Amino acid sequence: MDNYIALSYVDIALASVFLLLNGALSLWLRLGVARSLAFAAARMVVQLLLVGLLLKSLFAIQSPWLTLLVALFMAGFAAREIWARQNRRLRGWKGLAIGGGAMGASVGVVVLMALVVLVQPAPWWSPRYALPLLGMIMGNAMTGISLALDTLHTALTREQRAIEAQLLLGANKWEAMRPFLRQAMRAGFMPSINGMAAIGVVSLPGMMTGQILSGVDPNEAVKYQLVVMFLIAGATGLSVILATLGSARALSDERHRLRLDRLGKAKQGG
Amino acid sequence: MLDIDTISRPGLGPISLRVANGECVAITGASGSGKSLLLRAIADLDPNSGEVRSQSGARSAIPAPEWRRKVAYLPAESGWWADTVAQHFETPEKVDLATLGLAPDAMAWQVARLSSGERQRLAFLRMLSRQPEVLLLDEPTAPLDADNTALFEQRLHRCLARGTSIILVTHDPAQAKRLANRHLVLADGQLTEAAHG
Repeated sequence: MDNYIALSYVDIALASVFLLLNGALSLWLRLGVARSLAFAAARMVVQLLLVGLLLKSLFAIQSPWLTLLVALFMAGFAAREIWARQNRRLRGWKGLAIGGGAMGASVGVVVLMALVVLVQPAPWWSPRYALPLLGMIMGNAMTGISLALDTLHTALTREQRAIEAQLLLGANKWEAMRPFLRQAMRAGFMPSINGMAAIGVVSLPGMMTGQILSGVDPNEAVKYQLVVMFLIAGATGLSVILATLGSARALSDERHRLRLDRLGKAKQGG
Repeated sequence: MLDIDTISRPGLGPISLRVANGECVAITGASGSGKSLLLRAIADLDPNSGEVRSQSGARSAIPAPEWRRKVAYLPAESGWWADTVAQHFETPEKVDLATLGLAPDAMAWQVARLSSGERQRLAFLRMLSRQPEVLLLDEPTAPLDADNTALFEQRLHRCLARGTSIILVTHDPAQAKRLANRHLVLADGQLTEAAHG
């Protein structure tokens, strides 16, 4: 870390000059995004400064319970985000529980294994390692699950007639829903696949870039990035499969009926 | 044979009805009176209470997919899940297309370019190929012209002669008279005998 260059708040203010220019252009061209641009930027500044303070004190306190509490708060927020990003959602508690549960189970297992077997910080729950890993993996699983569930719920609603036609000819519910389960899982897998394919050529990942900027040997940064990418893709895939199967199960019953009555109204048309 | 024993669902029933082997019961009723909901309930496609029996036994004792093969429901608008017609049949080469006035090459057609009348007749053949004991038909000839309606009704007469039981939902009192032994009216969630059975 000897060649690490610390930034001052003046540097940060200077970096925002281009964003201010964007705001001015937006006003001039009447794009109507100046307000939301300013609001989002202000929100980002506040959130990141707060999280910086929080992490700093968490690292200083070194309490497993506080670390767990923060992890649970992050998971709860992610579960709510999965719920909010679907156009049609399951009614009731299952709407939150299936996406959140699938994410919690797979991300939990993957992060535990990463800490205990791979990175092995001391203590193993050290917030400096546990929380960033959890954040990166959970953020990607969250995107995958919400895409998969949104795709599944839209497809089942749109293709009700085709699914019921198969049920009426004696197919069981899994046979009748199979193409739409596949479609939903594919949608959930896509961001991980695209992310892995483009990495290094088109995009240098933020974590790796950050490590390199802070003076870590690029080879070491690449190793970390590979580990994280494998964990992300693995956890996302598992949670997408779990969530899709769980939601399909909730949207059908033991008499092999399609139960779209358990789905809420669409937020927007279609 | 179909024996419906006090089935009900919200807004419908309790309804009891017995249809003998080779019997056709016609049901008419205003739009929204629940004719389709009744057929869906018999096929166990929506949650409902009560018991239904066929030759194969009580519905509650039979796995739902098997029940729906025996007691087959043809919705007013059919559903399709693959690109060509043939992909929807287990044995496409054995289907008798000519009896319903369909062209011999219909199996090779794209589903997307079928007319509503072609869809309806192919969906009916698709259902018959599973050898059902009971047919639940929802306005089956609504998209058909007079000639094809006549062919369709001939085919239904053949089913009846072989002992199949039929519940026929129709808007056409004349068709009810041509096909059915009994004519019932569904109103306010209840079945009653039609005035001119």
